[in-house]
Amino acid sequence: MLKSDKRINIIIYIFLGILAFFMIFPFLWMVLSSFKPSWEIFQMNIFPQSPTFDNYSYVLEYSNMGRWFLNSLIVAGASTLSVLFFDSLIGYVLAKFEFPGKKLIFALIMSTLMIPTEMLVIPWYVMVDNFGWADSYWSIMFPGMITGFGIFLLKQFITTVPNDLLDAARIDGVTEFGIYWKIVLPLVKPALATLAIFNFIGNWNAFLWPLIVTSSSSLYTMPVGLAFFSSENVTQWEIVMTGATISTIPLIIFFLIFQKQIIKGIARSGIKG
Amino acid sequence: MKLRKKRIVTAYAFLTIPMIFFIVVRFWPMIYSFWMSFTDWNLLSNAQKNFVGLANYQHIFTNETFIKSLCNTFAYVLVGVPITIILSLFIAILLNRIIKAQGLFRLIYLMPYITPIVAVSWVWRWIYQPLPTGILNNLLVSMGFEAQGFLNSTTQALISVVITTVWMNLGYCVVIFLAGLQTIPQNLIEAAKIDGANRRQSAMKITIPLLNPIVLFMIVMQSISFLRIFTQVYNMSSQGTGGPLNSTKTIVLYIYQKAFVDYDMGIASSASVVLFAIIMIITFLQFKFVKKDVGY
Repeated sequence: MLKSDKRINIIIYIFLGILAFFMIFPFLWMVLSSFKPSWEIFQMNIFPQSPTFDNYSYVLEYSNMGRWFLNSLIVAGASTLSVLFFDSLIGYVLAKFEFPGKKLIFALIMSTLMIPTEMLVIPWYVMVDNFGWADSYWSIMFPGMITGFGIFLLKQFITTVPNDLLDAARIDGVTEFGIYWKIVLPLVKPALATLAIFNFIGNWNAFLWPLIVTSSSSLYTMPVGLAFFSSENVTQWEIVMTGATISTIPLIIFFLIFQKQIIKGIARSGIKG
Repeated sequence: MKLRKKRIVTAYAFLTIPMIFFIVVRFWPMIYSFWMSFTDWNLLSNAQKNFVGLANYQHIFTNETFIKSLCNTFAYVLVGVPITIILSLFIAILLNRIIKAQGLFRLIYLMPYITPIVAVSWVWRWIYQPLPTGILNNLLVSMGFEAQGFLNSTTQALISVVITTVWMNLGYCVVIFLAGLQTIPQNLIEAAKIDGANRRQSAMKITIPLLNPIVLFMIVMQSISFLRIFTQVYNMSSQGTGGPLNSTKTIVLYIYQKAFVDYDMGIASSASVVLFAIIMIITFLQFKFVKKDVGY
């Protein structure tokens, strides 16, 4: 029994190992190719024979990569801050206040989760045009300033905060906003962290809307800039891979730092769902 | 009494900006899309919006390109979802059996999920290239097989994009299934073992039925995500057209091209309403199925 168990385990490890190789190989190929001179692209060596940084200096010189990186950082950062503030405030109101129409408002907010973005982009585009928001960070991030998902998540968490705690603060004369800011928010920090991470990744990787709404290179986010840059250099694979590497590495670092929260967040979304 | 009234006022005050947001950025645009789908609005040729009834719907459902995009979209779902679900379930069951390096494998499998779809699409586009640059074709030839068209072939392009997408989504599903497996009470499996059930029996009779609600949920989530597939199709086809010969084009890409290349807003809106309807149907089916499920 034990012996056959061991044999099965070895087979499992081999299978999982091969799979891990398939998952990692495209990344490996991407990073290693970014150090190859163009003539080496036609040789199928895994490792660069004469490694060079030329591709990186080419990309930095002939693309706006730095600017796109900054744009993505600004857009993803600002909309995440907004989401954290508004989603938690609404979550607090829906969890701890009684008022007429509460159920209806909650149902309406939840129903927005079913509307696909693809159906909204045309009206958003019309709005940007009519309000004169074109060519601004605001035009890229306004659709994601508040999210139904975050409200749902934070409402669940804030419901577990004991009412006695809030009442005690009220007796002490703390304002309602003060209670939200000084008592509720610190107590739901783990949920806020999860929401922040997923919202940031989602905004950073968003493609369809930024592609539609940005028209000048100086306003592209990283994915949009990378898509255009890659099309322009489509036969120079070492250059395309360098761009892809530059845009991927920050996220992999981000992922390695926050891996525990990310995995926990994903796991929870399945079980709760 | 006074206090209660004050709290109601506070609640409404806190909700004002968010409600305006949801009305202006979610509900109004949705209604606007419905309305535009009944007009002949074209940003280039026709500044006026004339009501044309169901003409746009009639147009798209007799239009070869739209029908092709619709069929392709269903093909993405019907091929991609089963592969993703079965493969990730299988991997999760294996991962659940091992003790060492479980976290490491999970981390590696999840990596594609976190990286920008645009970047990995371009890496895969290169992997699929014809000779002499494509690594996959080089590998095939060196093993004595014939080189394949992959993204350049009308019959292989869609499945190539599906494989890339499965590669992207696999880790996400594995993490969820693994978490689900770990919530299954171990004593149930122990009891079955004592009763003489072998591994396969306990997997078929205990693990899989108990995992059913999560599997169903994941099927729905993956179906919706495949229905909305856009970024990898745009980046893996030449000039983002969904080629070759529309063989990879999806509904979302059709909407994008109609609205932001042809500026035919009426047609694009009607296509987006069709997408919305399909997603609605799937969501309601989920509610129906999930209610029927028995927990433990």
